[in-house]
Amino acid sequence: MKTTSGQWPLWEVFLRSRNGLHHQHVGSVHAVDAEMAVANARDVYTRRGEGVSIWVVPSAAIVASDPGEKGELFEPALDKVYRHPTFYEIPDGVANI
Amino acid sequence: MYSQALDERDGVADEAVNAAFEQRVAAEEKVEANDRMPAAYRKTLIRQISQHAHSEIIGMQPEGNWITRAPSLRRKAILLAKVQDEAGHGLYLYAAAETLGVSREELVDQLLAGTAKYSSIFNYPTLTWADMGAIGWLVDGAAIMNQIPLCRCSYGPYARAMMRICKEESFHQRQGFEIMVTLSRGTEAQRAMAQDALNRWWWPSLMMFGPHDSESTHSDTSMRWKIKRFSNDELRQKFVDVTVPQADFLGLAVPDPDLRYDDATGHYVFGEPDWSEFKAVLRGEGPCNAQRLAHRRRAHDDGAWVREAAQAHAAKQQAEQVA
Ligand SMILES: [Fe+2]
Ligand SMILES: [Fe+2]
Repeated sequence: MKTTSGQWPLWEVFLRSRNGLHHQHVGSVHAVDAEMAVANARDVYTRRGEGVSIWVVPSAAIVASDPGEKGELFEPALDKVYRHPTFYEIPDGVANI
Repeated sequence: MYSQALDERDGVADEAVNAAFEQRVAAEEKVEANDRMPAAYRKTLIRQISQHAHSEIIGMQPEGNWITRAPSLRRKAILLAKVQDEAGHGLYLYAAAETLGVSREELVDQLLAGTAKYSSIFNYPTLTWADMGAIGWLVDGAAIMNQIPLCRCSYGPYARAMMRICKEESFHQRQGFEIMVTLSRGTEAQRAMAQDALNRWWWPSLMMFGPHDSESTHSDTSMRWKIKRFSNDELRQKFVDVTVPQADFLGLAVPDPDLRYDDATGHYVFGEPDWSEFKAVLRGEGPCNAQRLAHRRRAHDDGAWVREAAQAHAAKQQAEQVA
């Protein structure tokens, strides 16, 4: 028995479920090149018309924020409640605002 | 996924980190690929997700056995699509396991080497066409019971893979039940074939839920970590409760002399599966263990030249682009 040799690169798969919507991450596939990655993504993730467009991106090309820096990155936004319309009180009787 | 780098920190028994983790999970917060997590949580998930993936892959064989002998073109197309889905399930799950920092190759090698476990049910033979009905109805039915709670698993990538899988399983169960309906309304010989399939698949299906809660080793931690939501016995009971009325509808007899409906509890009381058989199958002594692995190895080896050719082609294309 031969074991597996030579890892095929990993690709992240994004699908647009229909026009008008963003592509969304759905999972990953292994493939030797971009063309095969699209073909594999089609077979694995769109067997029931889940997509009208596929993006594949080499997983190694994705730069992710560090979950350890979640606080530094995202907490500053939490205390700026005045960025939300609900922060403001509009007197009764004022319409269309 | 984009999380190949293993979190070095979780080798350290960092109690503060572990405590924070337990709190987050208890509060039903999801854990994502690059988040810090206890090494034991990572290990448990890799084991469970990869065993699950292997089960989907090996699970193609019992039904693959009947694709060329399906009784009509309609049935053949359906069975082919079902087996193809199982391949897809395996791939979703391997992808989810890879987010935990293990490579696909490692996992596949474990399966081929015979060191990884997969569901005991796939080590039983498929002797007649009725087995395609019984498998869809009972085996996929039991799988659905097990899998629906996993859609709420604390580990995000696993939960999302399970949601995708659960959407597809309902077709699997219905096509199986449809086969059972057709056979049970058919000739005497067809009815007998359906009954025989139920007789052979009933107990192995109940065993799919695993040993009794009292014997189940990893259960408590998995519950606390929200990987598991219901105990083995709870899920088995649920399965019996929904499946027995379906057997009644088919006019088939569940092969359990102790089976009766208990008015007081509103549940069925049922007999004890043969746990020595269950353990033997897990040890590799089931009727088809050797055959299943041998087939998987052969398929893997037969595909080697395709993998090598694809790689050589890609390397050549790349070299030409550079030149
Ligand atoms: Fe499946
Ligand atoms: Fe299935």
